[in-house]
Amino acid sequence: MKVDKTIRNILVAEIVFPIVLLVFGIYHGLMQVLYRAGVIKDMSVAGIEYYQGLTLHGVINAIVFTTIIIVALGNIVFLYYLKKPLRPAVQWLSLILMFGGTLMAAWAMFTGKANVLYTFYPPLIAHWTFYLGAALLIVGSIVPLFFDWLPNYIAWKRENPGQKVPLAVYGMFVNHIMWVIMVVPVVIEVLFQLLPLSLGLVQEINPSLARTLFWAFGHPVVYFWLLPAYVMLYTVLPKIVTGEGKLYSDGAARLVFILFLILSFPVGLHHQFTEPGITNNYKLIHALFTLGVAVPSMITAFTVAASLEYSIKAKYPETKDSYLYWLAKIPYISLEGNRWLVSYFMAGLFLFFVGGITGIINASYNMNQVVHNTSFVPGHFHTTVGGLVTLVFLGMSLYFLSQLTGKEIRFKGLAVLAPWLWWQGMLIFEYAMSVAGFHGFPRRTNTGISYLNPESPLYRPEWVGYAELSVFAGVLIVVGFVFWAISFFGTLLSPATKEADLEIPTAEAYHDEKMPALQKLAPWVVFSSLLFLVSYIPALYDVTKRGVFFDSPGYNDKNPVPITKPKSAKEDKNEKAELR
Amino acid sequence: MDRAEKTALTLAVALMAFFAGLIVYAAKALNIDVPTCITDVKPFTEGKVIQHAPNRYELHYLAKMWYFEPAEVEIPAGSVVDIYLTSGDVIHGFQIDNTNVNLMAVPGTVAYARYKFDKPGVYHIVCHEYCGIGHQDMAAKIVVK
Repeated sequence: MKVDKTIRNILVAEIVFPIVLLVFGIYHGLMQVLYRAGVIKDMSVAGIEYYQGLTLHGVINAIVFTTIIIVALGNIVFLYYLKKPLRPAVQWLSLILMFGGTLMAAWAMFTGKANVLYTFYPPLIAHWTFYLGAALLIVGSIVPLFFDWLPNYIAWKRENPGQKVPLAVYGMFVNHIMWVIMVVPVVIEVLFQLLPLSLGLVQEINPSLARTLFWAFGHPVVYFWLLPAYVMLYTVLPKIVTGEGKLYSDGAARLVFILFLILSFPVGLHHQFTEPGITNNYKLIHALFTLGVAVPSMITAFTVAASLEYSIKAKYPETKDSYLYWLAKIPYISLEGNRWLVSYFMAGLFLFFVGGITGIINASYNMNQVVHNTSFVPGHFHTTVGGLVTLVFLGMSLYFLSQLTGKEIRFKGLAVLAPWLWWQGMLIFEYAMSVAGFHGFPRRTNTGISYLNPESPLYRPEWVGYAELSVFAGVLIVVGFVFWAISFFGTLLSPATKEADLEIPTAEAYHDEKMPALQKLAPWVVFSSLLFLVSYIPALYDVTKRGVFFDSPGYNDKNPVPITKPKSAKEDKNEKAELR
Repeated sequence: MDRAEKTALTLAVALMAFFAGLIVYAAKALNIDVPTCITDVKPFTEGKVIQHAPNRYELHYLAKMWYFEPAEVEIPAGSVVDIYLTSGDVIHGFQIDNTNVNLMAVPGTVAYARYKFDKPGVYHIVCHEYCGIGHQDMAAKIVVK
């Protein structure tokens, strides 16, 4: 379909801007493995300190890149499937808020005023521009939902009574509704705890409450990253794998999105298993819900595999009776038409398989004691958000860039190889980080100048091999990214060869059931929000009333002396605590 | 939903229910539990080694930017140790190598774990939560003789 020029430019900007930032994010990822293994034995390189680089790596890759690309994908999906124009004023507002907020936070990070990592745990405090920037990014990302997608969705429903909305719209819509629900706790944390402390309006903060509010957002957000990738797995992958493939079941896909809507929220405490201040049974309940949220991912694994099998067997009759031989017919590396995208999906799926298993280990309550805050954890999420999610986003970004600008994809060969290098590198990285984690290798630590430095009294030789292996893995991943970037920027900078024409390959459903209970979203949204609230009331009681004795003043990362003045009230509270 | 889908869904739910059962069994029957909510110990402002009996110790760990107090503790093999941990400033982490003792030090709260040190040797403790520029040097040890 033809896309209005203003909207086209906005969409292209929403793809190119986060990717330019991603280049910095990935550079700091490479620096991480070099520092940690002791290849660089220093506190900083090129004026950027280790923990500053780690903050940039986390915030850019996991928050900025994902959020803006998801907004772009949502805009494209709503525009294409509902065939209703997006409103330029709304899109401009969203873009300005997102980019402005990002630049604000980027200024704080690049100038070293926000070395707080992407979890920004207080009492470590960043410059207020960091928090305000993040808040503006979030607000900007929500604007299109309320002023573009929702009205278009309602209008489409009215014009097509009794019909199901297209699956991709359904998925992106549910995902963004989840986003609105999950940002509530983190916005409360930023507006009522962090910003006032950072601006000096208050002198103390309750760190346990802040952590609980953060993780009430921080785990659901991984599903916000994941679901757009699932949408593409359901709609694009089955179609392009043979050119005429089908999605095995439309109903199962919709059920998956609803299950995520319900189960994504009562799970955040599984990040806080080791924390004092929260009663164990509440943590256990969240652990069990986390196992529940694995179910829709397992249904997805089934549906995607079944769609691939059905599509391949329909195209190649000789594989009809095979159990596994059909797998050999998947075009893992192919330059034909849109099939180059298959490599992004397949490499991502193989990584996500590992990510799912390690994720269940993390969530498994008592087992978490072995791996909490060790390198096992980054090992895990580099195969999920750094695996399937990033690969699908990179693949789709390149695809939509070419569509929206009318430019042929350049260096397609590199673009096809990129995800496989990424896959291989990430698999080795995950192995090295996971096994080192079992031996207690900490995450988020500049180990190169202490634990992995033979001259340091803290030297721990048992971690050296794994850290060195992760350097090798990191280099492979970066080579993969460079391949992709050559293709992406090569395409961007080449002249347009045809008229811009947006086309999303879409698989029809093989089983297409009505499932009326899944078509009305409002009751599910209400139920999900209530479950979220109920699941957090006991934990919030614990961290405000029961398990916390007093609040803490703010600190910066350079100095063990508080930067805000603790009030004398602290003494009163101490005494009260004694009386209890 | 066709038969294959129903089977897949049932298997997925059954597998997760099985895992859930194992976790609950380990937590409730075998008492392999996570650190609990402590409401009867006030956060302390100095580290301490308290010996209650020849093989019975209480360690009060204070985590501060960027050291643990006490930095080194010597105990005899076979000691049962109650570990209390708090923070004097920001969030810190606390993991004793080769054990399941894995705690967070959060200001205003006290974390607790009990461990029996059977094997002699040096047990390294690292801070595993980012706590500022000196984080990588924040370590301690328990020497079991």
